[in-house]
Amino acid sequence: MTLESKDIEAIVRAAAAEAAPLRIRGGDTKAFYGRQTNGQLLDVSGHAGIISYEPTELVITARAGTRLKDIEAALAESDQMLSFEPPHFGDGATLGGAVASGLSGPARPYTGALRDFLLGVVCINGAGERLSFGGQVMKNVAGYDISRLMAGAMGTLGVMLELSLKVLPKPTCELTLAFAVDAATAIATTAKWAAQPLPFSAACHDGEILRVRLSGSESGVNAAHQKIGGEEVADGDSYWQALREHRLPYFSNTQPLWRLSVPATTPATSINGQWILDWGGAQRWCVSDIPADLIRQQASSVGGHAILFRGGDRTSEVFHPLPAPLVTLHRRLRDAFDPKKILNPGRLYRDL
Amino acid sequence: MTTPMPKLANTDPAKKQSLVDSLRAFLPSASVLYSDEELKPYECDGLSAYRQVPLVAVLPETVEQVQHILRLCSARKVPVVARGAGTGLSGGALPLADGVLLGLAKFNRILEIDPVKRIARVQPGVRNLAVSQAAAPHALYYAPDPSSQIACSIGGNVAENAGGVHCLKYGLTVHNILKLEVVTIDGELITIGADGLDSPGYDLLALMTGSEGMLGVIVEVTVRLLPQPESAQVILAAFDDIENAGSAVAHIIGAGIIPAGLEMMDKPAIRATEDFVHANYPTDAEAMLLCEVDGTSAEVAEQIARVEDVLNSCGATEIRRASDEQERMVFWSGRKAAFPAVGRISPDYYCMDGTIPRRRLSKVLTRIGQLSEEYGLRIVNVFHAGDGNLHPLILYDANKPGELERTEELGGKICQLCVEVGGTITGEHGVGVEKIDQMCVQFDKSELTQFHAVKHAFDPDGLLNPGKGVPTLRRCAEFGAMHVHGGKLPHADLPRF
Repeated sequence: MTLESKDIEAIVRAAAAEAAPLRIRGGDTKAFYGRQTNGQLLDVSGHAGIISYEPTELVITARAGTRLKDIEAALAESDQMLSFEPPHFGDGATLGGAVASGLSGPARPYTGALRDFLLGVVCINGAGERLSFGGQVMKNVAGYDISRLMAGAMGTLGVMLELSLKVLPKPTCELTLAFAVDAATAIATTAKWAAQPLPFSAACHDGEILRVRLSGSESGVNAAHQKIGGEEVADGDSYWQALREHRLPYFSNTQPLWRLSVPATTPATSINGQWILDWGGAQRWCVSDIPADLIRQQASSVGGHAILFRGGDRTSEVFHPLPAPLVTLHRRLRDAFDPKKILNPGRLYRDL
Repeated sequence: MTTPMPKLANTDPAKKQSLVDSLRAFLPSASVLYSDEELKPYECDGLSAYRQVPLVAVLPETVEQVQHILRLCSARKVPVVARGAGTGLSGGALPLADGVLLGLAKFNRILEIDPVKRIARVQPGVRNLAVSQAAAPHALYYAPDPSSQIACSIGGNVAENAGGVHCLKYGLTVHNILKLEVVTIDGELITIGADGLDSPGYDLLALMTGSEGMLGVIVEVTVRLLPQPESAQVILAAFDDIENAGSAVAHIIGAGIIPAGLEMMDKPAIRATEDFVHANYPTDAEAMLLCEVDGTSAEVAEQIARVEDVLNSCGATEIRRASDEQERMVFWSGRKAAFPAVGRISPDYYCMDGTIPRRRLSKVLTRIGQLSEEYGLRIVNVFHAGDGNLHPLILYDANKPGELERTEELGGKICQLCVEVGGTITGEHGVGVEKIDQMCVQFDKSELTQFHAVKHAFDPDGLLNPGKGVPTLRRCAEFGAMHVHGGKLPHADLPRF
């Protein structure tokens, strides 16, 4: 069903008038992520469609309900892509959901995160006002960068209507290579390689094998292969997709899944059994039911943070607790966009 | 001037003396400047058309001192303007007559270069180029390279989200920093961002970048370092038609090539620079492109060949490939000297900074040409063509009565033109005081109100760099600008060019 932006505006206004919470939903593929939120369902998946796409401008603008797969298909026709490789976690995943969750795929440490590619947003704030920030150009420093603020805000700062993103050409050649090494060697080796001008686009250690992906021109990829060696992996593409979409057998465990974001060179830990070290070590997955405090403390002690990504208790905090001065700033910012706290209340933090 | 100076407020001598005394109670006396001679050097930044001596200038050396200064100013409701190297082009560091100028020049130490983590942790007063120089022994560098990189400071780069010649491929400041230490107006020290690739909660790192000193004072910056490319190669192409040059830019990108730099100059710019640096530029050409690709040697060879094919098919009248590193530097010397070259042919020039969708280039240049004639002011165009960032330089003579005012009015028209075609009034120089009225063109009332609400969340009393960046609604009402939204003009069917 198509949904006009003015209909969404009217819904938000009415909710604001009654201070009635809304639960914003796109393709309903990431309901598992973030805290549980209760409110009247606002289904924005009907507000869909690509508004403009000019391949030579490297920019696409689409309505937030547009399915990611439709966007990726349109880009592929011109040999372009969303270089941050957003996880879908389901067929119906939308662009708005991707931005709200702010998640990026295996290429993130090498080509950038979703927020790096976000150029503009049209949204409705908690007062029901339609606002436009950023735009369709690469360089823009007029006003505060509110577009990027939407990335990962879990819908708590506005209902997104339209999004503009920078896109990039698809690499003409990709090659996945495998190395049978332990985690410590994998971390050291990927760090060493990353300091050299080589066309890496992914690196992941699954406990036994380090896989790396090279992307670029054929000559560049071959030269890099010569330099680093490794065994060629047939159909590397499906490995990176399965990793991105959490379809590897590792992720089928029913225990809580933790995501740790730490400096890539942090030493591997042997506690809690097996880990997956993605992003060259900067994003670490751990299936474990050890207490949240312990795992968070471990992440904090190395300058990182931990997210209860899937499973476990979704009514307690799932994102890493913030230090007190940042809690205050978060509350004030939330208040600046949504004074009645009607947009996905509690989805990001319990009191936010 | 079309943009009035920030209003003069209370400069009561007793209050000034009391503030000075309080500052000198915890700062070395040499760090508190309050006589006219001492304050004079701080009266302007790189936009020298606007000048204002501050009430007091302070040059702290420690984070604790910065915290103390902000607590004091917060308690006394004294506005604070932070300043790095003072090279900004939009008046973002213009002092206030009733305010404290907080100079961060003494924060000039590189605290850490970690070649394994590929990061540099630096104080905000460190010069942009110094970071790359310190990282060079490890074959690493800091990518954003604003043209003022020899002088501008990292803290200022973060405040303005500085770009440079290479940002199409390597991004702006916001893409190349990991963590900030920031002092709030309450004097509290907070960490924004993390040592990893992301941090929990809202993306305050993005919000702080480009916020023009209006949300907090940056006292430490952790930046990402990248491996120096193995090889770089540049091509110079001449065109007898500016439209062909614009189309070549689109076709290079359409061919799947992301150049490390892609610059365009128009005929007046080519001639001015050639007279200055003798780079052997094609002075008969209507437009010239410089296209640089970098990467592994194999990649560069492959891409350069493809770029040449595209340039040929787009009607380039001449194509030259730099034969060695020395010639590559010569090709770039003219472009990098474009501003001083223009300074030689005119007593003064005014540098604009709009960004436009590239496909609108020829229309925008045509219209700029018409405006140039209407106002009787020459305009020279240099253009970061890869990312659509246009720098029209308006030539004027400040000694001729009324010429600066006409120049500013013309500049305002160019800003408006950029918004009309779906672009923005500033790509990399910031709003500051210079483009504050044009913000009323780009944003409507509710958007400006939202900006003010964000500001309020950080700085409820409005003490950090007040009067910059975001205009008050009242100011917009007085300016009376027509708000143009997303390229949708009222009466969109009417021709505008």
